[in-house]
Amino acid sequence: MNSDSSRPVLIVEDVRKSYENDAIRVLNGVNFTVHRGQTVALCGPSGCGKSTLLHLMGALDEPTTGRICVNGQWLQRGSSTLHLLRHQVGFVFQLHHLIPGLTLEENCLIPAVAAGTSRGEAQQRLLQLAERTGIAHRLKQPIQKLSGGERQRTALCRALMNRPGILLADEPTGALDEKTSEQIFALLMELAQTEEITLVMATHDRSLARQCDRLVEMRDGMVVESSDTGEAK
Amino acid sequence: MIFFKLILTNLSRHRVRTAISIAGIAFSVAAMLTVVTILQGAVAMFSGLLSANSQIVVFEKNVSDLFFSNVPDSAAKQIQSWSMVDQANPVLFGIVASTDHPIITCFGVTADDARLRDSKWIAGQRNSFGPVPDGVLLGQRASDFLHARLGSQVAIGHGTFKVVGIIRLKNGFEDGGVFMPLAMAQKFFHKQDASSVITVKLRNRKDAAEFKRMVAQRFPTLVALKDQEFDRTYSQFKILKATAWAVGICGLLLGGLGVANTMIMSVFTRIREIAILRVNGFSNGQIAAMIFGESGFVSILGAVVGLLLGIATIFLLKMIPALHGYIDSHLQPWVMLIVVMLAFLTGIAGALYPAAYAMRVRAVEALRFE
Repeated sequence: MNSDSSRPVLIVEDVRKSYENDAIRVLNGVNFTVHRGQTVALCGPSGCGKSTLLHLMGALDEPTTGRICVNGQWLQRGSSTLHLLRHQVGFVFQLHHLIPGLTLEENCLIPAVAAGTSRGEAQQRLLQLAERTGIAHRLKQPIQKLSGGERQRTALCRALMNRPGILLADEPTGALDEKTSEQIFALLMELAQTEEITLVMATHDRSLARQCDRLVEMRDGMVVESSDTGEAK
Repeated sequence: MIFFKLILTNLSRHRVRTAISIAGIAFSVAAMLTVVTILQGAVAMFSGLLSANSQIVVFEKNVSDLFFSNVPDSAAKQIQSWSMVDQANPVLFGIVASTDHPIITCFGVTADDARLRDSKWIAGQRNSFGPVPDGVLLGQRASDFLHARLGSQVAIGHGTFKVVGIIRLKNGFEDGGVFMPLAMAQKFFHKQDASSVITVKLRNRKDAAEFKRMVAQRFPTLVALKDQEFDRTYSQFKILKATAWAVGICGLLLGGLGVANTMIMSVFTRIREIAILRVNGFSNGQIAAMIFGESGFVSILGAVVGLLLGIATIFLLKMIPALHGYIDSHLQPWVMLIVVMLAFLTGIAGALYPAAYAMRVRAVEALRFE
């Protein structure tokens, strides 16, 4: 954990999320704080609300009640500046969600295009990330020719393009075999440390979760336990 | 660069659909260009018919069609005597039919009329126009479709006439017409002592305003207009031009619907992709720009193909002997510019709903259904 760890970058206050006029309740009053530089694993059975919580923290969705603060900014419903927040938050999903028809390089540069980063700066950042994730030799390849691991590395590069302070990962190794899964997770942890990123990751894999700073246990839309793992770094 | 690649990638994924959209715009543009150019040409020809070596046309006030205009010979004689007038030629227009030809335009003119003076004589003698009873001149195209030669007897309307000359005229209407001495035409069309118009050439163009004032003062039932004024105000021209643009715009609307359909399908089939762009920071404006970029590309490409197609069509139509002189292949740059701009705007309009839909895509919902 970094020295500036006392500063919270994510505050979740009594957040509830329901669908169909409260008929389906996914989150039932989640309270949650993440400090700068922490790596946090969200664990729990399928449907307990891990992904929904990640989506809310990344401003991809809005809570039914409650409020969320990201990097000192309280998220407001329907704000037109919410997309700007996405330059500060990176996402990695279980499926890579790369755009077919574009090359690895072009997929990675999409966040830079969205943020209006200069081409030179974006290229430099991409090369740096590609070297560290081991896909520098595949930059010009269309994504159809990449393996599952390479695709997830590409998704990781894309998520980190704009140097986000926060990385939200929704079961990033869920669709990979065991060996590739360990490689991607190790890479994720290394990048989180070197890039000074706050990582919140939803996962079913307890062995990976225990390698994070904190393990947050969720059940039925609530946080039932939050503890330091003592294994990390 | 990647933004443009995104646009092109989206279009190239569904090549057939994109090609159909481009073809839709192209055919619309070609149709619009062809119709507008042909009708503009027709208007120009009819206009040229009146302005042969003249600057002003005098006709009966408040007639919707010059074929119904009556200008007394006495007025023509008076106008000819005015010092500011160099030439004043009465012309009588009439339409008749013959076997197999429902419409033949007839011109009753004087022997010194500029049309005859400036035409190329294919057969016959200039001095034969007038003295020969029932003698008429035929435009070259008229002689072709009437299968007439010098000396032939041709049945036109309720009469039979002797062909005393064949002339070639640049104007399509005139080249497909029959020229009669004015007196003969007046008798044939039951317009004794009257013509349809007087075409006037002034000694000095600056006298145009004074000439118009004198006509208004001395002949209350007549009106004098400069050629350009006539082109702008003559109701038949207005109708022709409006029809041309209306037909063209209808075509473009159909093309626009094609673009709208393509763009809607394009958005619907890649909701998740749009969601990914959103997750990666694309704003509403950037999403909309991408959709408009696609439709703009389709429209511009369609417009360029359509222009080439239209130009080729007009060129081919001009090659058809039966249409000799009727097709003015001189494409006006402003017409092409308007057509291209309309095509572009149609394409953009076609993308309005798809763009609005794409802007409403909620990333979380689109990604939930993996």
